[in-house]
Amino acid sequence: MSGRVAITGMGIISSIGTSVEESFNALIHNKPGITAIENIQTIHANAIKVGEIKKTNTEMEQELGLDADNNYSRTAMLGVLAAKQAVQNAGINNINEYNTGIISATSVGGMDMTEKFFYDYFDKEESRKYIDSHDAGDSTHKIAEQLGLKGMVTTISTACSSAANAIMLGARLIKAGKLDRVIVGGTDALSKFTINGFKTLMILSDTYNTPFDNNRKGLNLGEAAAFLVLESDEVVKKQNKKVLAYLSGYGNANDAYHQTASSENGEGAYLAMEKAFKVSGLKPQDIDYINAHGTATPNNDLSEGRALIRTFGTNVPHFSSTKPFTGHTLAAAAAIEAVFSVLALQHNKVFPNLNYKTKMEEFDLVPQTVLMEKEINHVLSNSFGFGGNCSTLLFSKS
Amino acid sequence: MEALKQELKEKIITILNLEDIQPADINDNDALFGDGLGLDSIDALELIVMLDKDYGIKLSDPKEGRAIFQSIETMAAYITENRTK
Amino acid sequence: MKKCYINGVGCVSAQKTFGEGFLDEVIVNKDNNVLEISQPDYKEFIAPAAGRRMAKGVKNGIVASAMALKEAGLDQPDAIITGTGMGCVVDSEKFLKAILDNNEEFLTPTSFIQSTHNTVGGQIALGLQCKAYNFTYVNGAVSFESALIDAQLQIDEGEANAVLTGGVEEAGEATMHFLEIKGNIKSKGQTDYDVLTSTSKGSVFSEGAVFFVLSGDKQQTTYAELKDVAIYNVLDKDEVEGKLKDFLKHNNLDISDIDAVVLGYNGDVDFDGYYNELAKNTLSNIPQLYYKHLSGEFNTASAFGLWLASQVVKKQYIPSAVLINSIEKKEYKNIVLYNQYKGKDHSFTLVSKC
Repeated sequence: MSGRVAITGMGIISSIGTSVEESFNALIHNKPGITAIENIQTIHANAIKVGEIKKTNTEMEQELGLDADNNYSRTAMLGVLAAKQAVQNAGINNINEYNTGIISATSVGGMDMTEKFFYDYFDKEESRKYIDSHDAGDSTHKIAEQLGLKGMVTTISTACSSAANAIMLGARLIKAGKLDRVIVGGTDALSKFTINGFKTLMILSDTYNTPFDNNRKGLNLGEAAAFLVLESDEVVKKQNKKVLAYLSGYGNANDAYHQTASSENGEGAYLAMEKAFKVSGLKPQDIDYINAHGTATPNNDLSEGRALIRTFGTNVPHFSSTKPFTGHTLAAAAAIEAVFSVLALQHNKVFPNLNYKTKMEEFDLVPQTVLMEKEINHVLSNSFGFGGNCSTLLFSKS
Repeated sequence: MEALKQELKEKIITILNLEDIQPADINDNDALFGDGLGLDSIDALELIVMLDKDYGIKLSDPKEGRAIFQSIETMAAYITENRTK
Repeated sequence: MKKCYINGVGCVSAQKTFGEGFLDEVIVNKDNNVLEISQPDYKEFIAPAAGRRMAKGVKNGIVASAMALKEAGLDQPDAIITGTGMGCVVDSEKFLKAILDNNEEFLTPTSFIQSTHNTVGGQIALGLQCKAYNFTYVNGAVSFESALIDAQLQIDEGEANAVLTGGVEEAGEATMHFLEIKGNIKSKGQTDYDVLTSTSKGSVFSEGAVFFVLSGDKQQTTYAELKDVAIYNVLDKDEVEGKLKDFLKHNNLDISDIDAVVLGYNGDVDFDGYYNELAKNTLSNIPQLYYKHLSGEFNTASAFGLWLASQVVKKQYIPSAVLINSIEKKEYKNIVLYNQYKGKDHSFTLVSKC
């Protein structure tokens, strides 16, 4: 494989903002988006906090100018909003001018509608339009349709690492010359399904999540979508385009330890980071900031911390988890954190790991807890998911 | 107590889908996790829900389950002492 | 470009597609709108303790992948890449119903953790203790083809040499019911289930798991060379022929080099016209094969199609049960597959004798 993979556009919507600019402002002014849940009726409303986007489906339908008989799931609408921003940010006018693809990621797909209408489908004909929007690929098709994109369209679902893998595939297709340009990222809406799922695993915090803290109680779920535009060096040169950053490395490995839990020594995470370094030609000491997966579950932070120590030894770079800002946005997490990684490079900033108080008893790792200014040339971002799926992305300054 | 132990064995087999095991195969003091019956952390979560649903015992921290679920003996003792239904 | 060989296959489907024989005994459906699969002996492949939480889709995936690995003589793949349009439907339905029926109380985690789309890929890795690259594609009727494209890219770019890749789909009761009321599945009690003569909308569904070992090295068990795969999100009917020609040209072939075509006809009167575009015109003079009357329709049914094409290339004959026309060829060198679902997620796949 040859050639660099340039990031030329980004779009994002999460509980801390509906644009890249808003998100950046929230990150540098310590404004998290974790609140009580409003858009979903659940008996757990008083027992959980979430990173919820305070827009109703009706508001988003209006914003997107959708017909009354549309069958867009919330996941699809969030995805369209973020992908449109990314394409606009990249200054793309004719989406099919170059060989362009879209690779999205989602874990819930249209589950938000299925859980609403599951029993209505039997007797209420008007609800049945959502039957065809349940599958994960539907949200990607809708994004492609809204962008007018004809070509390679696919979707990845590897639980909470999904978007990292979508970004990785996009980069590989560009390097191999299969695509000139690709829109990559992920989208996931909050749903009763995931709230209750994580509840049964007893890993939802009843308060604000506290990554890498000894007394961490679990995660806050969130919802979000983010997309990046990746372009080949050649296309960038041809158009004399501004490059926001480069995607310089990527790696995926499987922990092969347990269906949901991460191994005690962080094997999969360690292997993913190792692969990413190999692809990029960078070394651990080149990394200036780590955007950790840091979900604030007892298991993740211990496993990830150990993997960081295995990879970086005693010189673990400044690191933070941004999940106290956004919550854990599942399949979109790696995409929004890719945007944050690019922002860290562009503005030379390490974003704070909010809510941290007490060092974990198992090791001496302490995250960066206040906003920090420093020269940042390379950022490493981790994302891990059920099924042992571990992914690492490396971003470098343009 | 004996009736409760028998009931627990049957429930564990059904809930955890232990197809090839009979209640008589489980001794009261056998370890349920690890080397014994080979249950894991997900099974523990299943058992926590069973305590809640069938015996009205709520555990908020999965770690509490470790001591309770050591064996049928320890489970039965804990349930007898704490059951609300 | 590095070559990519199909060295092992495993297929769990509505037909007897494991063991000896090649579709010489087939079950032709006349009565059902959802076909049941021919179940393998799961205990032969999965220890009871490991299988106790697995829904049938996961089990089928594990069996099919084990068969493919065994045939290829491979212990550890360098990558595991799975395609599944709907994912682990049975556990998703189970968990969702539990949420709704119990008003979010007394829920247990097992069905939730088994409901994620990458459960099959994760469980295969766990079973093999395989720490390699592990991806799952979930894009409707090109879920499997996306996995193939990735696998080929892995081999071509030297990222992996032997890749386990496949498609798996599970029929869940509620989902099948929804798809029937939506008209995607033909209604129960209809009389035109025959794929080629159907005059109604929708199709007969099923489920299944088909896995392949793809490798950069040719070996004795090699079935065929996987030459190329291409996917398109949407095409108009009049674009299909042009896209096929471009696809072949990209592989230095033209229509006259194709010895047989495998078409994804599913009996949906609204969309089978896409296949007619090729079958009634450009490709009317070569053997035409269909398979969804045997496999049923599902998002990764096209993996059954590739299984079929691989067998034809290896065995150099076409079972009568899959022939649309009565044309035969002396040699089956290049076979092209075309599939789409409801006018979306089109794919071309090319396999060649080697």
